Parts: sequence; C-alpha cells; structure tokens
Amino acid sequence: MHSRSAYPTDVYFFATCVVDQFFPGAGMDAITLLERQGIRVHFPEEQTCCGQPAYSSGFPDEARKVAALQLTLFPNDWPVVVPSGSCAGMMKHHYPTLFANDPARKAAAEKLSTRVYELTQFLVEVLNFKPEDCGSDCTVVLHTSCSARREMGVHLTGRKLLGDLDKVRVAQQDHESECCGFGGTFSVKQPEISGAMVEDKVKALKATGAERVVSADCGCLMNILGHAAWKDQQEGRTTPSLPGEHIATFLLRRTAKENAQ
Amino acid sequence: MSAPNPTDSNMTPHALHFMPSVGFRARAKDVVENPFLRQSFRGAMDFLMSKRAAQFPDPEELESLRDLGERIRQYNLAKLPELLVQLETNLTRNGIQVHWAETPEEANAIILGICQKHAAQLMVKGKSMVSEEIELNHAAEAAGIGALESDMGEYIVQLAHEKPSHIIMPAIHKTKEQIAKLFHENVPGVEYTDNVDALIQIGRQVLREKFEIADIGLSGVNFAVAETGTLCLVENEGNGRMCTTAPPVHIAITGIEKIVEKLEHVPPLLSLLTRSATGQNISTYFNMISSPRKPGEKDGPGEVHLVLLDNGRSQAYADEQLRKTLQCIRCGACMNHCPVYTRIGGHAYGTTYPGPIGKIISPHMLGLEATANMATASSLCGACGEVCPVRIPIPELLVRLREESFTAPHANPAMRGQGAGYNALTSAIWRGWAAVYGSPALYRTVSWLGSRFRWLMPRKQAGWTSVRTPLQPAPKRLRDLIKERP
Repeated sequence: MHSRSAYPTDVYFFATCVVDQFFPGAGMDAITLLERQGIRVHFPEEQTCCGQPAYSSGFPDEARKVAALQLTLFPNDWPVVVPSGSCAGMMKHHYPTLFANDPARKAAAEKLSTRVYELTQFLVEVLNFKPEDCGSDCTVVLHTSCSARREMGVHLTGRKLLGDLDKVRVAQQDHESECCGFGGTFSVKQPEISGAMVEDKVKALKATGAERVVSADCGCLMNILGHAAWKDQQEGRTTPSLPGEHIATFLLRRTAKENAQ
Repeated sequence: MSAPNPTDSNMTPHALHFMPSVGFRARAKDVVENPFLRQSFRGAMDFLMSKRAAQFPDPEELESLRDLGERIRQYNLAKLPELLVQLETNLTRNGIQVHWAETPEEANAIILGICQKHAAQLMVKGKSMVSEEIELNHAAEAAGIGALESDMGEYIVQLAHEKPSHIIMPAIHKTKEQIAKLFHENVPGVEYTDNVDALIQIGRQVLREKFEIADIGLSGVNFAVAETGTLCLVENEGNGRMCTTAPPVHIAITGIEKIVEKLEHVPPLLSLLTRSATGQNISTYFNMISSPRKPGEKDGPGEVHLVLLDNGRSQAYADEQLRKTLQCIRCGACMNHCPVYTRIGGHAYGTTYPGPIGKIISPHMLGLEATANMATASSLCGACGEVCPVRIPIPELLVRLREESFTAPHANPAMRGQGAGYNALTSAIWRGWAAVYGSPALYRTVSWLGSRFRWLMPRKQAGWTSVRTPLQPAPKRLRDLIKERP
C-alpha cells in the first residue's frame, strides 16, 4: 500500500483521453513538473479513457469494458497521478461500484482507488511541492471542476499552489463554486441550459479582470475557452479576451527560470 | 401494507396526464432567453442560498446533523411497511380516519367522497405538494367543489391558473408588479397597489372570510409519527393552523414515505428542514395534530382524515438504490443550489416537483415514458447532493435513471417505462465507443487518425458549436510528444 508519508520515486501518469487528444501540452507540462521533483513518471502506452463518458450517460456496460482495460495498466504499487479531478474521481470513487458484481475486478478497483491522485492534490499533499515564482506580476482566476470540488474534495490544493506564487494574484470570481456547464454529453444534449451556464461562467471570470483562467480540468477548459473564443469571434475580437491553460502549464512556466515571463 | 413488489399491480401504467419530457428543451430555451427571468431566478436563488448558509456557520455541526438526518430517514424507510401499520393503528385509536390511495385518481375519489358526504361547497387548502401531485384542485372543480389555496404563494399561483414553480416558494417566478395586477384583476374591489404589505393584507382579508365559511380544511403532512399517531405540519403563515382547526372537517394527505417511528425523530428533521429550506432556525408555526376535537375543547375539526398516497413510491421503495429517493423531506435546497433550476425555473420541468428532486422522483410517479429525458438535464455537478439535508445521492440516482431510460428494454425492470429512451443508433454508437476505447490498438489508430485528419472535423458540432468554437484534436497526441522527447 502506498504510504503518504514516504516520498515516492515513481508514479504512473494517467493522461485522460481529453489531454491525450486535445490538450497534449498540458500533459507534457504535468509530466515535466513531476519529473522536476525528482520523480520517474511512467506513461502506460495502453491507456485510453477512464470510461466516464459512457458511465455518466447511462451506459455502464460500455463504461465497464473501458474501465476494465485501465485496471490492468498499473501493476506496481505506485501512485497514479491524473491531471483531472473528473477522471480521477471516476477512477477513485466509481470504479469500485462499477465492478460491484465482479469480485476480482472489484478488488483491483478498490486497490487502485487508494492510489489515485488528482495532480494538484498529489503535488501538495504527497510531494509538499512549494512552487518558487520566477515570473512577473500577474492576475489569474482559478476555475475548479465540480468533480475536483465535490467528488475528490481537492478544490483547495490548486488554490494553495497558486497562492504560493509570490507575484501571482488570484482573483475571486462571482459564484466560484458553480458548475461551468460542461458535464460531458450534457453540453450536447441540453445545449440551451449548458450554453446559459457557460455564458454566465465566462462573464464572471472576465469580470475579475484576470489576465487568464487556469484550471486543473481540461473538460471545463474546453467548455470555458471554447465559449470565450466563440464570443470573441461574434464580437469581432482578434485577440482572446479570456486566454486560459491547464494549471500544470501555468505552474511550469512560472517556476521555469529559463523562460520566466 | 406488505413490502412492495416491483412485479405487482403498482407497475401497471395508468393514464399519463402529460409528457414532461416533450417540449422540455423548448420550455427551457424560453426561460434561458429571457434576461428578466434569468436575473430574477438568479437573485432569488442567491438569496435562499445565503439564508441557508447563514444557518449553518459550523460545517461540523452541519455534517453531523446531515448524518443524523440520513440515518433517521433510512432507519424509518427500512421499517416502512410495519410503521405504516403502526401509524394506522395509532391514528385510528386517536380518532383519525386513515385512507389508502394507490393512484392520484384514488386519492381524489377519497377526498371528494368525504367532501360529498358533508355536502361541502368550499375546501380551504394549506400548502400541500401532494395535493398538487394529484391535481386535487382540478378534480374538486370538476365535482363542483370550490378549492381555495390559503398559502399566499399558492393563492397567487392559483389566481394566475399556474402550477407552483418551486416546492417551498410557489410564486417565486412572479414579481410584485405581476402580483399587484393579478389581485387588481381578480379580487373584487381591489385597487392596483404594488405595496407588498398592502398586498399581503388584501390576501389575508380574502382568506379570513373563507376560513370562516369553509366546510373542509385540507393540509399536507411533513412528518407522520407512528408511535403516537401524530401528524406534524410545518408552516409560516398560520394558514395551516386555520385550515386544520377552523373548518368542521380536516383532511390531511401525504406520501407513504413521510413517516417516522418515534417522536424523537422529529426535532433533528425539523431543524434540517427549516434551516435548509428557508434559512429559518424554526418555522413560525409547527402544528402537531393528534385527534379530532375532544369534548370540552373550544376549537378543532369534528373529523380528521389522513390519505396515504403511493403513486409510484413503492416502486422506488422496492429497489435498494432508488429507495434513497424517498429519504426526501421536501426542503427544496437542491433546487436553490441547482445551476440548471437557477437557469430555467420550475415550470420548464413540466412536473409537479421541479429541480433535482423532481428529476429523481417524477419518473416513479409518471413512468419513464413521460420523463425519460429529464435525467439528462444535469451536468452532474453535485451541488444538490452536497446540500441535501438527508444526503440523498442525487447525482448517482440521475446516472441510474439515465441507465434505466437509455439501455435496451429488458425483462423484470425495476422501473415502469424502463428503456423508454432506448435508441438503437445511440446504443450502437456507445458500443462502438467502447470497442475503440476498450482496445489499445484500436484507440491508437483512431486517435492517430483524429489528429492526422483534424482538419476534417466539422465546423458545426451538434449542440456544442451553438455557443462555442468547434473542437479539434491537437496536431500531435500526448503519446506522440512523449516519444519525440529528446
């Protein structure tokens, strides 16, 4: 069993399908960030997706099929670090119930569950990472995913990391804890409601005057940045009114002495 | 009553009054595109959220009280069949007549039967969501009996010929100007005024006269105590007390799940209820009704009845996971904290109970045929589950309802209408998805093709691009970048 007190030498990196295909830079930056803390990062080549899209859409058999594959990918007793509260929540909290009727896989899922960490949680709680700020003054706003907040309970770790950066001011948005409206297939099945939610979220983020939004979840970023860019197009802006990136990318840039901004 | 069995008669479909799933998106769109309503719901929900937050300054106290609330509700649900028998015995001993109704039609027939026995012409009603659930006002009207709502919010909604848009704040969607206009147009001799105090006084005067002449008082029940045979009623306006004491006959109606075994179970639930619902430490009135008027007593009805309604609750009861739906104490906190409810309000749902609790309870009442798509109207953000005073895992239940709706129909379903939202193409797409993501080789190929031919991604992507730029895979996947590292 992995112990929180020991400083790990090796970790598995579960990138998530969204990072692999849409935000590969965020994945690379998370890996680099971990390696800089002296950790060997292992990326199991066979990984695909945590299975959440099918699970939350009401297709548990399909979710099980995909989850069963991931269960086989982490044989050593190393932590599994996930750059997403949502996918980490799926693996940590839903895998054990998903395999309730499959004793062997259930046992594997329960074992895996104790080793799954969301990235910022791992950086703060396990590595006790305190980033040293090499950048210049800037204001950012942090969006925390609902899964990170309510399922993983790790909404404070991202804030702690940003708080450790001397020259970064973290702005406070209105209705901070409210969902951005992504919700996977929800955004496609209920586009009117989801659209209203992301519209309000982007307005609240912009109203802080922050230079950029950072988040530890690429699903939310896809939604928030996608709407902000659409709004820019609609209103004829050529520079993004709300740029944004994964917190790993932001942390790496702020702590990298060679390319400090 | 024996423990319900999902294969018995309560599973046979009865007439559907309406199909809330049909037109849901259009109704939601109407509200979402109305800036006035958007702002007004947001303001009202913000107010209710801050009132609740102020009641629970100590998170530890809140969590331990929620634990207790959950335990009490689960304990009582586990013993529900025997508690219902005990309740009936003790109520009967106290002189309260007990009636059982499996369907809304049966409940209406029972209530109207009592009215007709007394040649009743007017029924005054305290706030009761179960009476909304059975559409009692329509049934009474059809039988020639006047049914007058006496809760101020319900009275407003009744004047407007609408349904409540919130289970605690029925008229939360109305402005004072709209209410002023309603009063001016509907109450004889009333001049237009949008002074809130004046409006409340007008309502009180109208209702005061009706309490004096009403033949029947109708109320809901918040907790029915089995060991003592007591009906508990929570309210703020005193109209509940008037309805249950002034008219010669009092009829209470409630769902079969609102039962607790012991009187000592009530205080923690009451505290959770009022603090979660309206942010009140205690409601203005708390009524405990244990019998009709006794000899020598100066007030109280000569007859008291309780109608216990099933209407699909035993279907939820029969399934271990779905049973948690019945833990609900109807505080409405899930609505107040729901980003979807906040955007669309209560009427868009098309069901008696809107919001998160509406999405998980309505399918049992109306069947999945009528409600298959309702569970999709959630981002599963978890705000509802986070505030639920009795810890109903609402997001988990929504996922379960999606499964019951969308997977292929099968034998011995746990829910009426299972598979109602089944679509062969959608299911095939998910099977294809699982085939790709369940196979490392296929995933490698498909994701490689995705990044290689990223420019082939359509510019219009279903609902996504209505307010967002199109999604496009990155030119290189993370696995490619890892391989290319020096």
